[in-house]
Amino acid sequence: MFHLILFLFFGAICVAGAVNLLMQSHPINSALSLVVVMGSLAVEYLLLGAEFVAAVQVIVYAGAIMVMFLITIMLLNAGKEERSHGSRVAMLLGVPGVVIGGALIAWTILARSTTDSVSIGALQGDPRGIAKLLFHAFLLPFEVTSVLILIAIMGAVVLVSRPEAVVRSADSSPVRQPEPMIKDRELVAAGKDH
Amino acid sequence: MAAVPLSYYLVLSGILFFCGVLGFLIKRNIITIFMSIELMLNGVNLSFVAFAAQWHSLNGQVFVFFVMVVAAAEAAVGLAIIIAVYRTRETLNVDQVNLLKL
Repeated sequence: MFHLILFLFFGAICVAGAVNLLMQSHPINSALSLVVVMGSLAVEYLLLGAEFVAAVQVIVYAGAIMVMFLITIMLLNAGKEERSHGSRVAMLLGVPGVVIGGALIAWTILARSTTDSVSIGALQGDPRGIAKLLFHAFLLPFEVTSVLILIAIMGAVVLVSRPEAVVRSADSSPVRQPEPMIKDRELVAAGKDH
Repeated sequence: MAAVPLSYYLVLSGILFFCGVLGFLIKRNIITIFMSIELMLNGVNLSFVAFAAQWHSLNGQVFVFFVMVVAAAEAAVGLAIIIAVYRTRETLNVDQVNLLKL
């Protein structure tokens, strides 16, 4: 019973955060409601016994990734989003379509649901068990993801670096403009004297 | 011991996923669209963890880590692309980003 109450409470917070993300027109409010969604999802993971996943969810998702979003919003000074004709079409077609799709999936899951249930402590997702799997059975995918992260870092650096800034600093140094101007002024002064 | 049916977790994960789809469709700000994608990934993660708990296997939880890695790499590259788009177009509205080349 206690488990069910906790599940419903944090599930409601989660859905409320997700709906708030859709309702807000300012991106910073959307980002903060996404943090709420991720925090309550971490509690849901704890209810399922996945302690390590819950910790990583808070540290990596709610910590690192959301900070990256917030920094981008701050850097680009993103304001209110403006509505346009395309958004009205998307609203008219998208909302009923998504509601129908969601209802269909929920009905399918609930209609075929068996008596299977998940209780607290059914499975301990402790770091030791996960590390055993990650470094034995999933060793090759683990190494491949490290290469993926390396490529992502290099891609991000290449994408945001400005090639024109290098060019500007290169061609500004060798040219000396002031000297001919001084000579001109001297010539003009000499011409006035004569 | 009292317990929650697995289907409740799956329905919650489906609701989160469809909220993400809806945000992807109706939002016009490119950063918010990106956050909707993160919401979809989170919904999928919840179903992974729920199935892992049901089948008493940690494989599902290991998959969650891989999804998180992909999400982090995608966020880094995607936000870099957003910054590059903003530099050339000076807008974040996806309706005004409708040409491949300036």
